[in-house]
Parts: sequence; structure tokens; C-alpha cells
Amino acid sequence: MSLDYTNDREFHEQLIEEVLSHYPEKAAKRRRKHLNIAGDGTSDCGVKSNIKSMPGVMTVRGCAYAGSKGVVWGPVKDMVHISHGPVGCGQYSWAQRRNYYTGTTGIDTFGTMQFTSDYQERDIVFGGDKKLREIIDEIEMLFPLAKGISVQSECPVGLIGDDIEAVSKEKSAEIGKPIVPVRCEGFRGVSQSLGHHIANDTIRDWVFSREDEHGAFESTPYDVVVIGDYNIGGDAWSSRRLLEEMGLRVIAQWTGDSTLAELERAPKAKLNLIHCYRSMNYISRHMEEKYGTPWTEFNFFGPSRIALSLRHIASFFDDTIKEGAERVIEKYTPMANAVVERFKPRLEGKKVMLYVGGLRPRHMINAFEDLGMQIVGAGYEFAHKDDYQRTASHVKDGTLIYDDATAFELEKFIEAIRPDLVGSGIKEKYPIQKMGVPFRQVHSWDYSGPYHGYDGFAIFARDMDLAINNPVWGMLKAPWAA
Amino acid sequence: MSGLRQIAFYGKGGIGKSTTSQNTLAALSELGQKILIVGCDPKADSTRLILHAKAQQTVLHLAAEAGSVEDLELEDVLRSGFNGIQCVESGGPEPGVGCAGRGVITSINFLEENGAYDDMDYIVYDVLGDVVCGGFAMPIRENKAQEIYIVMSGEMMAMYAANNISKGILKYAHSGGVRLGGLICNSRQTDLEWELADALAKKLGTKLIHFLPRDNIVQHAELRRMTVIEYAPDSNQANEYRQLAKKIHDNSGKGCIPTPISMEELEEMLMEFGIIKSDEEMIAEFEAKEAAKAAAAAAAA
Repeated sequence: MSLDYTNDREFHEQLIEEVLSHYPEKAAKRRRKHLNIAGDGTSDCGVKSNIKSMPGVMTVRGCAYAGSKGVVWGPVKDMVHISHGPVGCGQYSWAQRRNYYTGTTGIDTFGTMQFTSDYQERDIVFGGDKKLREIIDEIEMLFPLAKGISVQSECPVGLIGDDIEAVSKEKSAEIGKPIVPVRCEGFRGVSQSLGHHIANDTIRDWVFSREDEHGAFESTPYDVVVIGDYNIGGDAWSSRRLLEEMGLRVIAQWTGDSTLAELERAPKAKLNLIHCYRSMNYISRHMEEKYGTPWTEFNFFGPSRIALSLRHIASFFDDTIKEGAERVIEKYTPMANAVVERFKPRLEGKKVMLYVGGLRPRHMINAFEDLGMQIVGAGYEFAHKDDYQRTASHVKDGTLIYDDATAFELEKFIEAIRPDLVGSGIKEKYPIQKMGVPFRQVHSWDYSGPYHGYDGFAIFARDMDLAINNPVWGMLKAPWAA
Repeated sequence: MSGLRQIAFYGKGGIGKSTTSQNTLAALSELGQKILIVGCDPKADSTRLILHAKAQQTVLHLAAEAGSVEDLELEDVLRSGFNGIQCVESGGPEPGVGCAGRGVITSINFLEENGAYDDMDYIVYDVLGDVVCGGFAMPIRENKAQEIYIVMSGEMMAMYAANNISKGILKYAHSGGVRLGGLICNSRQTDLEWELADALAKKLGTKLIHFLPRDNIVQHAELRRMTVIEYAPDSNQANEYRQLAKKIHDNSGKGCIPTPISMEELEEMLMEFGIIKSDEEMIAEFEAKEAAKAAAAAAAA
């Protein structure tokens, strides 16, 4: 199943030296720690991570607000999330990240709407607490079906020391709904990663701490929660389907297409299934400590990992579920095989470089390899040491590893390696396509998806084929060669 | 008079900064100078003695009511007081909320943009306490105030604050044109006060521009919401303020770039004057005391 290949260690070592030679000495010394070649015997790919980016290098990292509002809280669809501060942060994160959801937007769901307190000079000088109270009243009047509110702090809130906790408590008691103050000011931490953590902590402190409103909820022995799936292009739906088909009951999705009730009743699950470990391991560990709910990681990218994951998940349950897992694998394997049969001849041997957030550079590897493609380089924007530890076994010997890659490094690496495909984000997309290299967005799935599950694999394979074998690449001529 | 002069008063909180500045400016107005006082303290008490009342209408409160400073007119915030002195208070949030520093920046920009500084001889900023953040350094930055006068006394913390403010001035002295005009010692009748103030001024590379003696008449005037110049124009204290006003007036362009000292140097200076004692001295004193006690006990036995 897993492909057998190695990457050119010597060439990649030269590349790192070449890139570092352009930096001033001090910068080179610092960046060297974030670049390495896989397979050197270290358990964590031998790179430092989760460290402050250097000024001037054009990191693509986001901020704590992006991690909380954009990732963890934003998709909770029946709550209103206030971007608390000046208008820009809310404006530029408007409509979220393609977190699909069902519901009537503006009536009972609010995912693609933008709420901001639009701080003015006077709110800075006199504090924004009065305005926050007013906004909460307006939300309660205009959107009575909203189940709760979260207050996503932008930088100035922390700078002027607004007491959003006091306002949240006061107004929550008044309207009888949870109001969650999130201290995710953008200047905190080194990337969006801290925002995930802060958001997780607020679920613990402001959601789990509330009185149980789901007393009538009837548990079953097969209740699970899907954690860290944000339903990009419908990912959580295609994952949920498989779990349900094997006999499990998904009582909550965190937080793609989720409701406040799903957050609240998650502690009633028998097992927490984590897809994005980086953004939600914190709350999973908490639920394990507090409620004794075990958690496990799984990977629904590509048929080989899906089958492994289904069996692994089933191992926590009785034979009914184990049989269910086999049934599901048996049912979908012919479909997956047909996909491989159709696309592998067109994709086999193609080289891929990945540069994504905190999960996919390792999670997607097998999906590519199922199609005969090879990963030559992988790197994370905001991963921690434990992510690189989880990566080491997935990457082949000689794979180029780059943590918090700078624009310069990424460009130089791609220029020299000339992979057949780069998977990264919107900031990388156009420069890389202009280099004549096929590209897919692997944060947002480029207006496509889902990529999770067996359904998703078919779409994934088609999209990679469309990107790589697009005839447009044969029509490009460099201006000086024309 | 050539051009507009902008000066600012800084100093430790409670040192008598606003009292000193208003009395001095009242005296300066007697010299025929047209003066605008810009109070940069959320408490808005920098113009009370000139206006005979606490200014109720501050720039920021009016702006908050109207929506923003763009909705304000200059007439809304300017008040005329003793001898035609123009007064404006920046105002700000109540303690514990918001950002008063940003408020200072907003108000000063508003005043400048709307021509409050036109036809004036003096713009005077009265700034709260220590320089706590960028906002309160606004008059120091961006070529606002040309000279800073630090009100201080012989008390250690007042001198400490004076040294800190000098650091703020130094920071912007090279990028802007701000200079330290001098120290004004507002006497608290501490030991060797003049000597200490003078020594600190020398250390900072500036001068003790005036030593204001302590006089209860300032209190009497203040209770009547007046400056001494107005309340008791013939008093000795009124003359002291007139002298200070004259000195400041003649000090134009004579400010210096301060040379702030370290905390250790400041402590050493106080030791030299015997205000605080060194560890060795204290141990010696303690031992002497103990020895005396022992001797007394031995004698009794």
C-alpha cells in the first residue's frame, strides 16, 4: 500500500545550504534550525518549531484571532461570533473558511455573516464595554434564534484592557444564553496556534462550566464525537457517513457544521475522534481528564489510511462495530480501487511539495501515495514538536522539511526541485502558478471538496489530475523565450 | 515675539504641577503673552485656577457624545479664563477603562488641525504624572513642545520621576527638537532641598530654573479657585511666580538635551547629601547602638 521510494538527500542538503547562504549570518543561524532532511534518525524530523518568525521574511502565519475566530469558533453555526475591535479583522475573515453548514443563514445559522463592534477612536479612549453591551442587545433583538455569542478579541481590546469577561457574565445572565469571551488578541503567541489553544480553553471554561441543559439526552454505547474537522467543502459530512455506516453514532462535530448543543453534550461521548490534532488536542485531553473520555487520532485522507483508521476506531468497540468497519471497507474498496485505476496512470511518479498548517503535511501524504505520487518536501506553518514527531514516520528518507518557511525559501526550493504539484495556501498559489508549477490549495480545497472519506478521495484524485495534467502548462512560454 | 512657543510641564503626580503651571502662566499673561493651556490629564484639573471652575466640557467627552472629534467645533471646547488665557482640557476615561494615552493624541491632533494654535504666543501642555505610555509622551514627540519643564521637589520619588522624564526627553531629543528647559523645585521643605535639586539639575545637564518657596497663600488661593497672581497679586509668592515666568520667557531656545542618570547614581547622590545612608553606615550605626546598650546593661549590673 505504502509506496517505496526515497528522496535525493544530497540534493536537498545542497539546497538548504544554498538558501541559507543568501541570509545574513544571524538569520541563517536561526533559520538553519527550521530546515532539515527527513530520515536523519531524529524523532521530530530534526527541526525547531513554534518559535517566533523573523521580521522581514514574509511568513504566511496567521494570528491568535485567526486561530480562534477563523478556525475553532467561527464554524459553530448557531452562535453569533463578534469580531470585537476595529473593523478590519472581521472584514477580512468574513464568510469563514468554506466551513459548509446547513441552516438558514441570518435566521438560525450565522456562519457566513460578519459581526463586528467596529471600534472607533472613542471606544479606544473610553473603553468598548458599553458598545459590547449594545451589540449583544442588538443581536438578541435581531437574531432571537441565535443560541449564544462569542466575543473574539482583536488586538486593541487587550491593549486597553477592556473587561470583556465582566460584560459577558452580566449579559449572559440577562439574556439567558452563553456568552463566551475569548482573549485571542492577535499579538499573543507566535502564530494562530495559540488562538486554537485559547479557544479550546474557553470551551472548557465557558461552555462546559454551564449547567447541563441536555439531561434528557440518551446516551448509547456507540456515541462518538468527531473533533478537529471543520467541514471544509463538506469534509465532516463524508467522514460522518462512514462512522455512521459502521454503526457508531456521531453526537457532535467539532466544529464544522456544529451547533452550541453539540459542544455542550460532547462530554457524553464514549470516544473522541481527533482529525486535526494541532487545533483541538487541548480540549480532548481535558475531556479525558475530567470526564474520562478516551481520545484517538484518525486519518480519513486516502483509502489506505481510511481503512487503517476505521479498524483502529473499531478496536475501541465491540464486534458489532468491528464487523461494521469491515463492512464499510468492503463496500467502498471497489470504488476506491476504481479511482486509483483511473487516476494512478496519470499521476504515478509525480512529485509533490506540501506546505500547510499543522496537520495536513503529514495527513495527506498517504492519499497522494495511494495514487502513486511522491512527497518530496513537507512543512508546517505553525506545528509544534509533537506534530513533527507524528510526521517522521510518514515522510520518506531524504524528504525536505521546512518549518515556518519564508517566502524566499519556498520559492527557491520549488524553483530547484520543480515538483509536479505544490499543495499550499492562497498566499502561495499565484506566485507558484506563475512559476509554471501546478498548484492546489490544501487549506480550502480550492472551491472543491470534500477530500475526506472515500467520497472525498474520488474528488481529491480528480482535482489533482486536473491541476497537474491541465493542458495549460504546455502552453506557457517564458516572455524571454517567446 | 518670534513665532509660537510650545512648552510642557511634567512631573511626579501630586507634586503641584498644575498649581505651579497655572500660577506661572497667569504671571506670563501679565507680560502680554497670549497663552493656550492644553490639559493632558483625564482628571481635567489643569485649568481650574484660571477658569475659576473645573472644566466640564473636555474634548474627549464632547467627542464621545457627538460621535467623534470630527463632529466638534473649536468653540465647543475652548474656554477663556483669567487675563484672556485660553483653556482646553483633553479629558479622558474614568480610571480603569479605555486608553487615556490615545485620548491625549486624539485631542492634540484635533486642536492643531482646527487652528487652536493660531495667533497664540504660547501653547502649554500640562501632562499627568510620569510618562507612562506613548500617548502621554505626545507633547514630547513630533516636535510639539520645544522645552519641557519638570516640576519636582527634594523628595526622592520626585527626583526619580524627574530623571525618568528626562529619559523620555532624551529618547526624542535627536529625532525631534525637544529639549529640557529646566527643573522647577516646588519646595516641600525637605532637608537640603535646594542643594539636592541643584545637584540633580547639574547631573541632568540642565539648570534649576527656579526654587519656589512653600507658602500657604497658594493654598488659600487654590481654595478660592484662583491663582496667587489673581488672589494676592502683591504677595511675595506672586512675585516668585513672576520671576519664574520671566525666566521661562527668557529661556527660549536655551533648553538642553538631558543626561539622565542610573538609579544607582541617583541613590549615590542622595547618600552624598546624607539623605539616605549606605549599608555600611547603617550597620555601623546599629553596632554602635548595640554596643551602647551592652555598655548600659553592663553598667547597670
